[in-house]
Amino acid sequence: MSRISTDQVKHVANLARLAITDDEAVLLTQQLDAIITFAEQLNEVDTENVKPTSHVLDMKNIMREDIPKKGLDNEEVVKNAPDHADGYIRVPSILE
Amino acid sequence: MELFDRKISELKELLHKKEITVSDLVDTSYKRIQEVDDKVGAFLTLNEENARTYAKELDEALDSRSEFGLLFGMPIGVKDNIVTKNLRTTCASKILENFDPIYDATVVKHLKSAETVTIGKLNMDEFAMGSSNENSGFKPTKNPWNLETVPGGSSGGSAAAVAAGEVLFSLGSDTGGSIRQPASFCGVVGLKPTYGRVSRFGLVAFASSLDQIGPITRNVEDNAYLLQAISGVDEMDSTSANVDVPDFLSSLTGDVKGLKIAVPKEYLGEGVQEEVKQSVLDSLKVLEGLGATWEEVSLPHSKYALATYYLLSSSEASANLSRFDGVRYGHRSDNAENLIDLYKQSRAEGFGNEVKRRIMLGTFALSSGYYDAYYKKAQKVRTLIKKDFEDVFEKYDVIIGPTTPTPAFKIGENVKDPLTMYANDILTIPVNLAGVPGISVPCGLSNGLPLGLQIIGKHFDESTIYRVAHAFEQATDHHKAKPEL
Repeated sequence: MSRISTDQVKHVANLARLAITDDEAVLLTQQLDAIITFAEQLNEVDTENVKPTSHVLDMKNIMREDIPKKGLDNEEVVKNAPDHADGYIRVPSILE
Repeated sequence: MELFDRKISELKELLHKKEITVSDLVDTSYKRIQEVDDKVGAFLTLNEENARTYAKELDEALDSRSEFGLLFGMPIGVKDNIVTKNLRTTCASKILENFDPIYDATVVKHLKSAETVTIGKLNMDEFAMGSSNENSGFKPTKNPWNLETVPGGSSGGSAAAVAAGEVLFSLGSDTGGSIRQPASFCGVVGLKPTYGRVSRFGLVAFASSLDQIGPITRNVEDNAYLLQAISGVDEMDSTSANVDVPDFLSSLTGDVKGLKIAVPKEYLGEGVQEEVKQSVLDSLKVLEGLGATWEEVSLPHSKYALATYYLLSSSEASANLSRFDGVRYGHRSDNAENLIDLYKQSRAEGFGNEVKRRIMLGTFALSSGYYDAYYKKAQKVRTLIKKDFEDVFEKYDVIIGPTTPTPAFKIGENVKDPLTMYANDILTIPVNLAGVPGISVPCGLSNGLPLGLQIIGKHFDESTIYRVAHAFEQATDHHKAKPEL
């Protein structure tokens, strides 16, 4: 039984904001299916009462004084933007 | 003897005795790059004009100053996922082909205080995803020992450049083995520090809970020098640890008497090549001869590390790489009709196949309905893998095994099947999941290709790793072998 369908792959690609062709969707379905099947070996492991680890070191929230500092220059900030004007980054219109 | 066959401590002495200049060191780098890099493909960007100007400044300082940086005048290469102000940083991805950073990573600031000379930026697997450098968006790097084989990855450029004598040393990054595996394949010394030892600020994030920057060098002493320069807590990285940075060089005593070594049976088991096993057993004999003892132990959850790693690292990557959307920096598609389409097309055109595959896997593992079954399950297994290490380290000082199951493989051999490629990292991945430090040091050759011995230590105990690695190195000649190019 396959773990993931081509429709699901297209749905995930949309969530990931990746344009994929139909051919890519088919190939990714096979590859992801193999990887997910492989990953399901984790079901063998008893994790009842085991806490998840998101971070290996025993750290609490790190706080610092809230002191205003000068940020980056606007010129620098837009330097790498593919399209900018008047110190703003320009994108295609988002409203019809 | 060539200049880069010497240790940092020797080069420093030669500089101060005026027998060589910083410009000589920088010349050595660029001359060698010109000779061999067409074949090796270790560099993506050179910093030649700035490096030569800076070398002259340092040469003048040599006459006029009395205090010098820890690594004064030493030519270094930096992996191309570490941002360098005004020096192109691409992560070997088309999506960042023209990215010009506006600040320096914390490690780069440390290098500047140590007064190294940055020679250029080093090739890698795109966004550090890969084990062979075949996923570079620009060109593959070749292994200097045999140009038909891979240098390993993802820090393949960092390891190959050091092995080929193009730089004295380099920085890499290691998420699942990306420093140790290429160090092993290229016959050099590579350390992944404890998670939190080195600031990740300015390291383009792949999997934030696993990534660490670390040194790649020709010998253990130089490795300790470079780690000394880049270690320490950083207010720009809240996951950098506020712990003391010991004097790593003072741990290189050569004394391993009474040292207790654990050898996990899983690291000498199925899939590990006979010659690799033999070289590890021979290495253990060397350490026994120096007064250490070893026993077989078990890290019972090792076999689950690979699946755990791919779920967790891909999940983290899918979130981290969402910043590449064609808006603030990087490639923007010309074919978009609206904003959502701009994101989708820019990412489709800019990312390579492996990166897309991992973003897809991660997005799937984090998506509604699958989160508990995949992502959270993997986080729980991670806890068990970490505990395996804690249990062993209650009784032993270090864990030793091979770095990789085989020596370097042929270019193209593993590209078709992602799972076979991933299996390369089975011996290095558990170390990242547990957050402990690990080093790879040369321990022999198999059919002319280097093998690496992996030495794993307790959290923040790089000193013991260095002590063992150094004692081993002093007792053997493996690190003296050099590729013929």
